[in-house]
Amino acid sequence: MRYARHISLSEVGEAGQQKLLDAKVLIIGAGGLGCPALQYLVAAGVGTIGIVDGDTVDETNLQRQVLFTTNDIGRSKALVSKEKLNQLNPDVTIQIYQAFLTANNALEIIREYDLIIDGTDNFATRYLVNDVCVKLNKPFVYGAIHKFEGQVSVFNWNSGPTYRCLFPEPPTADQIPNCAEAGVLGVLPGVIGTLQATEAMKVILGIGEPLSGKLKMVNLLTNSEQVISFSRNEQQVEKATQMDLANSYTAASCSSENEVDVEQFQAWLETGKDINILDVREVYETPKLEVDVISIQLGEIPSRFKELPTDKPLIVVCQKGIRSLRAIEFLRENNFQNQLINLKGGMAAFHQQAIQHE
Amino acid sequence: MKLNVKYFGLIAEWMGRSEEQIDLWENSIAALRQQLETNCRRLSNITYQVAVNQKIASEELELSENDEVAILPPFAGG
Repeated sequence: MRYARHISLSEVGEAGQQKLLDAKVLIIGAGGLGCPALQYLVAAGVGTIGIVDGDTVDETNLQRQVLFTTNDIGRSKALVSKEKLNQLNPDVTIQIYQAFLTANNALEIIREYDLIIDGTDNFATRYLVNDVCVKLNKPFVYGAIHKFEGQVSVFNWNSGPTYRCLFPEPPTADQIPNCAEAGVLGVLPGVIGTLQATEAMKVILGIGEPLSGKLKMVNLLTNSEQVISFSRNEQQVEKATQMDLANSYTAASCSSENEVDVEQFQAWLETGKDINILDVREVYETPKLEVDVISIQLGEIPSRFKELPTDKPLIVVCQKGIRSLRAIEFLRENNFQNQLINLKGGMAAFHQQAIQHE
Repeated sequence: MKLNVKYFGLIAEWMGRSEEQIDLWENSIAALRQQLETNCRRLSNITYQVAVNQKIASEELELSENDEVAILPPFAGG
């Protein structure tokens, strides 16, 4: 009965609903685009859904990331999504990956799915998604947003064009603002993420005309829409196929925080935010934090950084917040794939703040 | 040659308008890019695509009078 309104569509029917139930779709990024896409695909009975997101819910997400509520602040987006979506439709198996997509994990995660939805928020991950999907011959539905405007397309489907056929190279970091630093109308990702879910369902069902070789542009302010066509460029497909993943992508996520002040850090500790903490001070330096930390002195970072976990954002601390910055610089230069956040003012400022509050 | 040009995303912000008619003395995409980048220097630092009559144009395409041109940046946001 749940799918009666699908089954009564002649374009879907029992057979089409079965295709949805058999489908395995991966959503990369449970953010503005991922939330609505997830809700509709789970409601539709897509049988297996994977969710990749290493981020936690932030208050500023709630204006547009409609799976989350105020009580979820500080919790893992992937985990909260799974809880909510299980209630929506228990038929659906939901597999979560509480990590950012990186060159290290992308092949093994994406391999398990038939179709990928790109709901990421930065160019580095978008090119990673493209290149891995091309290597593994997986179709993926692209969506991206800017303020009031959105783009949607279906890439690498039925030997169609890829993301690089449209935009061959990622812009360098300083060219175009990565991420949503600019602000975005809350409903925009709702529209674009829902269009992505629509395209995913068309591809799975084999109905209609998916946006393969076509870029749909939507402007919510002017109500203008354009569909631009483009063709496959074998050189760009070859580039993706040959791409050496390990050395090509820098940012793992664009959670905009790359430093945290001591008050905020204190709040994170109190609310149990999902983070790992790296202390780069010498062992004799005090005060110590009264929570679990990974202790690797700055001088040992080059030889030991591969031990560091990448499952949660990594907060780097030292005495004054200077050595920790140097550690972060080193890790970024060496393509360490995780969100890195510096504790501003270090343990000295943190201790000072703790005394003032007593 | 008159062209109807539409700008998207960040490029529309930089240009201060979302469409305009421009006059171009040559019919090449290279000339179009050069003219746009002279008007807006920041354009020369980014990768953008040029679509002509709703189709991404190769750099060899020859433009015609009254062509509909779209200047597209990639978007990162999600």
